[in-house]
Amino acid sequence: MARSNKPLVWSLFAAGGTVAALVVPALVIITLSAGYGHPPSSLGYQTIHAFAAGWLGKVILFGIIALCLWHAAHRMRTALHGLGLRADKLVALVGYSVAGIGTLLTIFYLLRV
Amino acid sequence: MNGKPYIREIPVFSWYLGRKRDIHHMLNEVSSLFIGSYALLLLWGLKALSEGEAAYSLFLQGLTSPVSIGLHWLMLAFTLLHSISWFSVTPKAMPVQIGENFLPGYFIAAGHYVAWFCISLFILYIGGVFSYG
Repeated sequence: MARSNKPLVWSLFAAGGTVAALVVPALVIITLSAGYGHPPSSLGYQTIHAFAAGWLGKVILFGIIALCLWHAAHRMRTALHGLGLRADKLVALVGYSVAGIGTLLTIFYLLRV
Repeated sequence: MNGKPYIREIPVFSWYLGRKRDIHHMLNEVSSLFIGSYALLLLWGLKALSEGEAAYSLFLQGLTSPVSIGLHWLMLAFTLLHSISWFSVTPKAMPVQIGENFLPGYFIAAGHYVAWFCISLFILYIGGVFSYG
């Protein structure tokens, strides 16, 4: 049987979709409220730094950022195909590259906090 | 047979505008663009956090820009749409069989909505959104 990256990409898509559905709207509300000039206590430098410095915080932040990136990359690929763009290889390359580089950068910055 | 096949013209960027179901499908697909944008925003914040307090307060200041606020409202609308429709298909994605029978689909979907509600409340609570004086 030919090897395929489909199961891997699809499971990242599904996991990312579930994580995004569960946590992202609430997170958007938190950063939105910071946008109105009064960051909630959790976004204070000391608090968020302490969170991202601990291993649990790192795992949580990594899971959210990386899975959302892979979810978006895969779904934008199917969306562009659905819209009629027939350049799947290029779309896949660009999308998965952004997700891959984003994943590596997330690890890099988490390790520096 | 005159040998000339009929090819139906399908407008590339607007074919889905005719039917409600297709519009809904396309909006759901587009929600991923906003989920991806939000992940990049978090990554940007994480970069600032790793660079120290000055860079991080610049990031917080950037959140107050009109572009950021407009994008946030769009992200909120599309991620809410994503959550609602993602959980609505869970009965099909993960049917639960008990003996001979299947658990009714609305139990599975409802379980996910309840979990989403509780997790969101928890995040907003520890996020400090409720503690404004």
